[in-house]
Amino acid sequence: MLEVVDLKVGYGAIEALHGISFSVKQGEIVTLIGANGAGKSTTLRAVSGLIRARSGQVMFHGRPITSMPAHEIVKLGMAHVPEGRMVFANLTVMENLQMGAYLQKDKAVIARELEYVFSVFPRLKEREKQISGTLSGGEQQMLAIGRALMSKPRFLMLDEPSLGIAPLLVKSIFEQIVKINRDHGLTILLVEQNANLALRVSARGYVLETGKITLSDNSAALLANPKVRSAYLGG
Amino acid sequence: MSEFIQQIINGLSVGAMYALIAIGYTLVYGVLRFINFAHSDVFMVGSFVGFYSGKVLGGTSWAGGLGVMAASMVGCALLGILIERLAYKPLRSRSKLTVLITAIGVSMLLQNVGQLVFGTNPQPFPDTLPATTFQVGGVVVSSKDLVVLGFTLCLLGALEYIVLKTKVGTAMRAVAFNPQAASLMGINIDWIISFTFGLGSALAAAGGFLWAYKFPRIEPFMGVAPGLTAFVAAVLGGIGNITGAALGGLLLGVIETLVKGSRWSTWTEAIAFVLLILILLFKPAGLLGRVQAEKV
Repeated sequence: MLEVVDLKVGYGAIEALHGISFSVKQGEIVTLIGANGAGKSTTLRAVSGLIRARSGQVMFHGRPITSMPAHEIVKLGMAHVPEGRMVFANLTVMENLQMGAYLQKDKAVIARELEYVFSVFPRLKEREKQISGTLSGGEQQMLAIGRALMSKPRFLMLDEPSLGIAPLLVKSIFEQIVKINRDHGLTILLVEQNANLALRVSARGYVLETGKITLSDNSAALLANPKVRSAYLGG
Repeated sequence: MSEFIQQIINGLSVGAMYALIAIGYTLVYGVLRFINFAHSDVFMVGSFVGFYSGKVLGGTSWAGGLGVMAASMVGCALLGILIERLAYKPLRSRSKLTVLITAIGVSMLLQNVGQLVFGTNPQPFPDTLPATTFQVGGVVVSSKDLVVLGFTLCLLGALEYIVLKTKVGTAMRAVAFNPQAASLMGINIDWIISFTFGLGSALAAAGGFLWAYKFPRIEPFMGVAPGLTAFVAAVLGGIGNITGAALGGLLLGVIETLVKGSRWSTWTEAIAFVLLILILLFKPAGLLGRVQAEKV
């Protein structure tokens, strides 16, 4: 589904990604783990078109999307829940979800997606009319994921869904991520600092270190790998 | 007393036109975070489009007047979109100062092209809309003031509907809050920015048409003074806040008119700036604005 080949991305004089390659297959949950500043968010931002790649290629469904603007890539069925959630804090929960379905013209489809999102995150239905800026961090994360689902994506990228959220909520959000993957066979690329949790829900994983992919294996093997354990799993 | 009421009505109608201009400043600031100083000249062009289409149409009637105003609004919406595409869009990744200086350049360009095309002498604006005066309990009311207020209220209502209830309006608010997140929704930011310029310019054109209807002498520099006052109104209300801009406009119109009618009338031109200094000193976010941490 997603094929990234020798991707290089830089900010000004600094190169953040020194040519990384990875792939995500249909129906999989794949995790990208790495320390702060390793380039995880940059990777997702380059894939979804928020930043331009210096070189390399991103293929989505066999189509090159490397130089496409973000709003065009969304049309192909990719959704990106960015770092820091980026919900529209000035809009209501409902308006945020409607913006998620911005490209969808068919009202019936929107209604169906809305129902599905509310079934996954009932909390959002309770807060429907509330201004999003007043939601808790966990609720905002639910909204950000729900908003992404409203576009009926085939491929979902999640950037640190556990960041700044109460541990109990993190667990429930991850359960929902697995459910979303199972319900629709939705392919997911997950970026996490909480490597333990992320590797438990994913099939495969990549380890990103200062702009390079240093390890790639199935998740169980990564969880058992002594190097990964000492660097990302606290021993 | 009756004179006071007359002044208030007069002030409200001037203020309504300030409000129409101020909203354009605030809308553009909302999505692009810069002050479009060419906006006051779009207001001027609005008057002139009204001038020419009024001459072509001839006569005085409600339908004709509305048609002339609509022509001004459409013409200026296109002008606003064109200005953004040609002058501001190529500079979008540059510093805000660059764009600001460009805006001043565009403003001068419009004024000078205006002089070339329209000439430097003030021109009488044709009576496109009917006008009378009548008395209500000793208060002389010009129907012009009521028309200006009524039209402005309708336009503000339409604007509120667009911004709060329609998809494109919600997208405008989304882009204003976070353009990157908006693009991840599939929103074409360039398109929303064009729409915002079109909307703001159309309102300024309506303001320009109404201004010429109330003060029927127009010339290429007529936008400068009302434009500056409307800019102050936008800051007074809280830049980026539409209700604030409308409120700021009405408030400034009334205050200015009251000062003009008092024995401090020589201060009329200065009063807006006195208020600007006061608001920046004591409530820098404006009356309805919220204090925001600047993102760096």
